[in-house]
Amino acid sequence: MSMLNIALPKGRLGEQVYGMFERAGFACPSIREENRKLIFENQALELRYFWAKPSDVAIYVERGAADIGVAGKDILLEYTPDVYEMLDLNVGKCRMAVAAKRDFRDDRQRTLRVATKFSRIAENYYAAQGREIDIIHLNGSIEIAPILGLSDVIVDIVETGKTLKENNLEVVETIFPISARLIVNKAGYAFQKERVEQVLQTLAAQMEEEA
Amino acid sequence: MNGMVTERNAAEALLKPEETISFALRALYSGYGYSQYKMRKFEEYDLYARNKDFLISDDIITFTDTGGKLMALKPDVTLSIVRAGRDHPGSVQKVYYNESVYRVSSRSGRFSELAQAGIECIGSIDDYCIAETLELAVRSLQSISPHCSLELSHLSLLSEALDALRVPDGTRQALLQCVEQKNLHELERLCAAAGADEAAVQRLKLLVRTAGSPERVLPLLRQLGIAPDAVAQLGRLCAVLVDAGLGKTLSLDFSIAGNQNYYNGVVFRGFLSGVPAAVLSGGQYDRLMQKFGRTDRAIGFAVYLDMLEHLSAPAAQYDADVLLLYAPDADLCALRREVSALAAQGLRVSAQQSEPEKFRCRKRMRFDGERVEVLE
Repeated sequence: MSMLNIALPKGRLGEQVYGMFERAGFACPSIREENRKLIFENQALELRYFWAKPSDVAIYVERGAADIGVAGKDILLEYTPDVYEMLDLNVGKCRMAVAAKRDFRDDRQRTLRVATKFSRIAENYYAAQGREIDIIHLNGSIEIAPILGLSDVIVDIVETGKTLKENNLEVVETIFPISARLIVNKAGYAFQKERVEQVLQTLAAQMEEEA
Repeated sequence: MNGMVTERNAAEALLKPEETISFALRALYSGYGYSQYKMRKFEEYDLYARNKDFLISDDIITFTDTGGKLMALKPDVTLSIVRAGRDHPGSVQKVYYNESVYRVSSRSGRFSELAQAGIECIGSIDDYCIAETLELAVRSLQSISPHCSLELSHLSLLSEALDALRVPDGTRQALLQCVEQKNLHELERLCAAAGADEAAVQRLKLLVRTAGSPERVLPLLRQLGIAPDAVAQLGRLCAVLVDAGLGKTLSLDFSIAGNQNYYNGVVFRGFLSGVPAAVLSGGQYDRLMQKFGRTDRAIGFAVYLDMLEHLSAPAAQYDADVLLLYAPDADLCALRREVSALAAQGLRVSAQQSEPEKFRCRKRMRFDGERVEVLE
């Protein structure tokens, strides 16, 4: 048997998800040590975990560097990697939403200017409504775009809504709910079906027990 | 005779892995009576515009030819073969191809020239033709690597399981996407929102999640009771492959959805250990034939040779076996004789006046005008 490679998103969500793996019997004690290492192995269980930037996890899985990974639904819809999405982990819950200034009035005669990090999601959402939009792709601090007049609305992830509120913005529409999903490389699944299924089913049973 | 073998081995050593594999595939397909099908590099754009859903990628390289017609660099091989052929009731046409196609590479996101080999079996297709195609698919994979897997499905099972849900077309399309992703949580949500029958949802979930060896999966399918004729056909086909000693590489997996406007019946894809995505994909495409007004049935597959780069041997350690250094005033005829003598020993020789930067070779030699000496 070879190592099963698992890519976890760096940060709070990744630590929460690792906790789920640990409680389900897939622990790798070295991951809890204080250091700057990014790759951790449990030789006995033949598991290798590694931390990756959340938006890169899907790339590691799609390209086979990881057999299993954990990515938000937002990333999966934006980058549409060719992977299996086999389990909703029901953590990291938030939503993809359209937000605007509190006094925003939608003039449908005009092209809507949309600032976002999630261009594909925004394009698909407005295309389904037949709406003409002008996408302004930004890489961060999206909230300031409508305040400075760069855009009419933003499409972004909303967790508590606190940042929006503090910047005098509000949610206009929710596009879809988001949570962390367990993704699997298709070729990896073809060769390691039993092991992947064992991890999945054990995790799912653990989640059910904790629910 | 030995000299010839050595020369052939030396020639093979110079070929890239995908070139060696391409020769092996040609030999395999001709051995089963398939004849080579050669085609032009471009076709009228209209052919692809009318069948965009059949293509892996919508992006096509187009240009206007001298007569003002919009042409396209061929993004696919099957469409050209189907369009150019005529029905021959009662017989079967077997062809193989080894062609370049031009489309956006899934890896680079840019237009690329991608090498593709494959077979098409067109005509009065029976179970033998399908079994032979599956056997050739497995043997194609095995000729590349012994660590391979052919995943097999039958679209009648999926169609029947989806029909039983009685959901609108839009939901059906979204469900097909869930099937391809083995995404049961989303599938359940969509079915609940559409008010689908619970027993039918459970059957579909079981079908999508069921994957494994034929001996484990076929009894489960018989219990499920969906599309019994298709299950029986899968049983017959798997038995042939097991009899051929190929059972270990075979797996049933019903998450292969394909485009049901074109494909029907048996569909499959092949994986190689070490390559992150499918390197082979194929299936029956009677519906595509019908779109071209043809009554013949058809099955085929393509091997994506560009994907095999993932299997490439480690980068060559040396630029040449021998670096032969010579003086600017060296006698040209004598130098040529020395280079030729070394090359005749099967060595890769690079003759240079001075050593190139970062050059790596097994041996350095100097030609002083009269003889060759080995340097430390």
